[in-house]
Amino acid sequence: MANNTLSNRKYVLGFSAILIIAVYIVRLFTLQLMSDDYKQRADSNALMRRIQFPARGAITDRNGKLLVYNQPAYDIMVIMQEQLGVDTMDLCNSLNIDTAWYRRRMVEIKDRSRNPGYSPYTQQLFMSQLSVEEFSVFQEKLFHYPGFYIQKRSIRQYSYPYAAHILGDVGEVNLDDIKKDDYYRSGDYIGKQGVERSYEQQLRGIKGSEILLRDVHGRIKGRYQNGKYDIKPIPGKNLTLSIDFELQKLGERLMQGKLGSIVAIEPSTGEILCMVTSPTFDPRTMVGRQRGKKHQELARDPMKPLLNRAIMGTYPPGSTFKTSQALTFLQEGIITPQTAYPCSHGFHYGRLTVGCHGHGSPLPLVPSIATSCNGYFCWGLLHMFNNRKNYKSTQEAMTVWKDYMVSMGFGYRLGVDLPSEARGMIPNAEFYNKHLSNSWSGLSVISIAIGQGEVTLTPLQIANLGATIANRGWYITPHIVKEVQDDTIASIYHKRLFTKVSPIHYETVCDGMERAVLGGTCRSAYTSQYVTCGKTGTAQNRGHDHSVFMGFAPKEKPQIAVAVYVENGGWGATYGVPIGALIMEQFINGHLSEASQQKADAFANRRIDYTGYAR
Amino acid sequence: MEKQKSIFASIDWVTIFIYLALLALGWMSICGACYEYGQPRDILALASFDTRTGMQLVWIGSSILLATVVLLLDDRLYDTFAYLIYGIFIILLFITPFLAHDIKGSLSWIKIGPFSFQSAEFAKFATALALAKFMSSYGFKLQGSWKNLSLCITLLILPMALIVMQKETGSALVYISFFLMLYREGMPGSILALGLSAIAYVVVGLRFADEMVFGETTSLGLLLVMALIVIFVIAMIISYTRPSALQGSAVGEIRNASQTYRRALLDTAGLGLGTMLLLVLFAHYIQPINIGPLFLAICVLISLRLLWLGFTSHIYRYCLIAVFAVGSIGIFYSANYMLDHLKEHQRARVQELLGLREDPNGVGYNVIQAKIAIGSGGLEGKGFLQGTQTKLRYVPEQETDFIFCTMGEEQGFIGSAIVLLLFLALLLRLIYLAERQPYTFGRVYGYCVFSVFLFHVLINIGMVLGLMPVIGIPLPFFSYGGSSLWGFTLLLFIFLGIDASRVRYQR
Repeated sequence: MANNTLSNRKYVLGFSAILIIAVYIVRLFTLQLMSDDYKQRADSNALMRRIQFPARGAITDRNGKLLVYNQPAYDIMVIMQEQLGVDTMDLCNSLNIDTAWYRRRMVEIKDRSRNPGYSPYTQQLFMSQLSVEEFSVFQEKLFHYPGFYIQKRSIRQYSYPYAAHILGDVGEVNLDDIKKDDYYRSGDYIGKQGVERSYEQQLRGIKGSEILLRDVHGRIKGRYQNGKYDIKPIPGKNLTLSIDFELQKLGERLMQGKLGSIVAIEPSTGEILCMVTSPTFDPRTMVGRQRGKKHQELARDPMKPLLNRAIMGTYPPGSTFKTSQALTFLQEGIITPQTAYPCSHGFHYGRLTVGCHGHGSPLPLVPSIATSCNGYFCWGLLHMFNNRKNYKSTQEAMTVWKDYMVSMGFGYRLGVDLPSEARGMIPNAEFYNKHLSNSWSGLSVISIAIGQGEVTLTPLQIANLGATIANRGWYITPHIVKEVQDDTIASIYHKRLFTKVSPIHYETVCDGMERAVLGGTCRSAYTSQYVTCGKTGTAQNRGHDHSVFMGFAPKEKPQIAVAVYVENGGWGATYGVPIGALIMEQFINGHLSEASQQKADAFANRRIDYTGYAR
Repeated sequence: MEKQKSIFASIDWVTIFIYLALLALGWMSICGACYEYGQPRDILALASFDTRTGMQLVWIGSSILLATVVLLLDDRLYDTFAYLIYGIFIILLFITPFLAHDIKGSLSWIKIGPFSFQSAEFAKFATALALAKFMSSYGFKLQGSWKNLSLCITLLILPMALIVMQKETGSALVYISFFLMLYREGMPGSILALGLSAIAYVVVGLRFADEMVFGETTSLGLLLVMALIVIFVIAMIISYTRPSALQGSAVGEIRNASQTYRRALLDTAGLGLGTMLLLVLFAHYIQPINIGPLFLAICVLISLRLLWLGFTSHIYRYCLIAVFAVGSIGIFYSANYMLDHLKEHQRARVQELLGLREDPNGVGYNVIQAKIAIGSGGLEGKGFLQGTQTKLRYVPEQETDFIFCTMGEEQGFIGSAIVLLLFLALLLRLIYLAERQPYTFGRVYGYCVFSVFLFHVLINIGMVLGLMPVIGIPLPFFSYGGSSLWGFTLLLFIFLGIDASRVRYQR
């Protein structure tokens, strides 16, 4: 009996074995089939996602000349968790940095408020854009520095020392960029200025990723599933600028030693042919790690070389503005082409005098434009603002006038495809009500008729005025990118915008501008090869007058409209006209004649002394 | 010649099939665990002797050879030389620490020529033989003989102590498994129950010691252990002092017994457990107070009550149960003290197992990585040589103690469940074979084999699955290495040899 009881114990033992195995199978079931958690943790253990950076799009001029391309550079990445125990001194020596910088950088990396994507287990940017030479020194010793990795990147290279403001540059993203667009991670590059910034979306491409197998020591052992799940980066799109490189180069040469801007537009398309701002800088210095230093240096320069005066500088347009006045007065029926106003060395009304140079008097419209008669346009504005048949009040006249100006692209941003365009200033009735306490008349604002006073335009707006006149009443929003590879440019850059003035009145103004070249203020722009239309401006300001020119050529089927603005250059004829003429010649003929070449050299060497002007 | 014929006719082919299947699956796991990422995947490269996979093939081949030799030997040799073999291995175990090379703090490896072997792996079968010999001696009776039991325990404590001296605590713990065999052979089940309940107190008590309940006033560990003690006491009252269990024992007054039984049950279950329940409800809903001391007081009161019942009724089993209750309280309170006196890494492992440490880069790292590897296998696994966690060396000691991870990751739930079921089949088959032995020697040895395999599977796979403490013992037929494979093969095939010769005695 006792033996039987003992024999029964085999069931206890057998049952225990079954119980244990059953518990383990249930455990296996919960581990392997009930949750995805372990699978994900296995992946995060063993799989390392490495970003594949796309090549940024290249930039060419309108003739296919390569202006911006990519060159390999190397970023040094660090994984904080792995870098412990690295000989800091040795590392700093290899990288040619000081230990203070190293320590500061390490603190920065770990600071999540500045580096939101920080993780001690993933690669963080330590130092960016090493040149090939710097990289090769470091690479030899890389094995001394566990936790430090090299990431191949590409940096921008600029072929020529020109068009810095148009092209812009790229730099590391800042915190705002990362917050605004989750495409970016700390250490990514983003366009900072110029088309690099305004066409960032097209240029940057789409990042890819490759999934690598990483062992417990962080060593890469190969591709996961032979790269089956890798995503190839999609390269950025190439941009073709509307800029004519030769024209841009000539413009920058001509503007050496002067402050100001040249903007040329192809009237039929609104494409910007050149956009010169002076002073400028060499875009080739704005790459790599020197960028920050160089940028600071330029920002401190009192001549403000970082300012793109062509779109950010707002200037009184001076007499070039008279064309817009003539068009308004004609359309409003204030004057006819035959209307003549007297001018005896200026406009005199009561105690008010707006001076003018000596010329025949009274003059009808065309010669008034040709000689840039101040008196004519002052009388025109006065008659318009005092016309109680058409307008109930001065305010109403002012509003009508303002609407004309706005239709010509003044007072608001034109919408060029570059960042930070200024809008200039076209005053309206409310503005004067506020500043002249309601008791103002046409007389008190008379200087707006001659492009002085409260009116300011950007050089781009002046050039666009030229293009509008060349087109006899319409313009296409000026733009600097002609084509985007495999893509279209924004539809606004195809749309004709009409002003409030009939084409017939534009013909009259064209005649006036032609006369200015034939025998007026723009005589030096004359060429026998094509008919040029031009208008000078001599804009008064606190210092020496600004020299302004606005024109286009040829008169029929115009190919180029140009605005030249030379700060403190004196008479419009002194700098504006000859520079504008050279620009037009270069573009229309494709080259400069021998004589023009010499003239260009002479202008390139002329410098205006700005030391006297407080800027 | 006749002997050979009979051996192969009467051998248990089921066990041999399971053995070969486990060897094959084991080699697959070794391939997965030792495969270097980027290596060629053809079979020749895996079989190359430069690699661990190739070496394991050598161990497997030589094990099969060894198995055949063992089967060909006359089984009477084991009976005759059991003590001699045991003696040789005790001496070997004793001198091992003096000859051994220190490998990761362990002094268990003896180097002979190019090979190293672990004497502890072979001492298991020697101890099993000695126990079988001793317990099959004429007139031996384990039941009711404390002297015989303590002699058996001495036989297994001796190698255990020597292995502890080699700093191989894990291998030493294996000898505890022989208590299962002793239980089958007549050791009182209460000894097993006492051992298991002691483990339960320690595990539960330490696991929940720092978990505070009822407004941070009461240690959950204390409450649970006190409740466990009362439950165990009730179970003991039911199984040892119910009137039917007392029949045939030296207790005369059956009438009295039935009355005392009811009183004891009412007092412990009703008053003891009932008061505990009320206290919990009070602390939870009405006033959060520290009810730990009250629980302790209930346990003490129950002990005193049982003691009183025992003396008044002259049924002294109640007194023993009271002693058990007091002893349980003592074990619980000395658990923390014991923990403090374990070695640092052992304490860490125990604490990790109990969930007292949650540092993924510390001791728990192994277990976490093992769970990740297994968990990522899913239903069907990632495929042969396709595991990432084991391939990329996230799992430590993956070809030895953590070999089961490779199975889990590469063959998934299906593969690892098959392995577990194969082990279960082996264990049940061993019980079946042991029970059919005509003589005590064979049966005792068979249960020794069963116990050793059960312990290894329980601890090794339990550890990999995060259910058992990290005790470094190999998984039979899976873990890399010649010593353990030879050791297990010897252990198993000596038993198959004994089993095969039973026919001779039957004729």
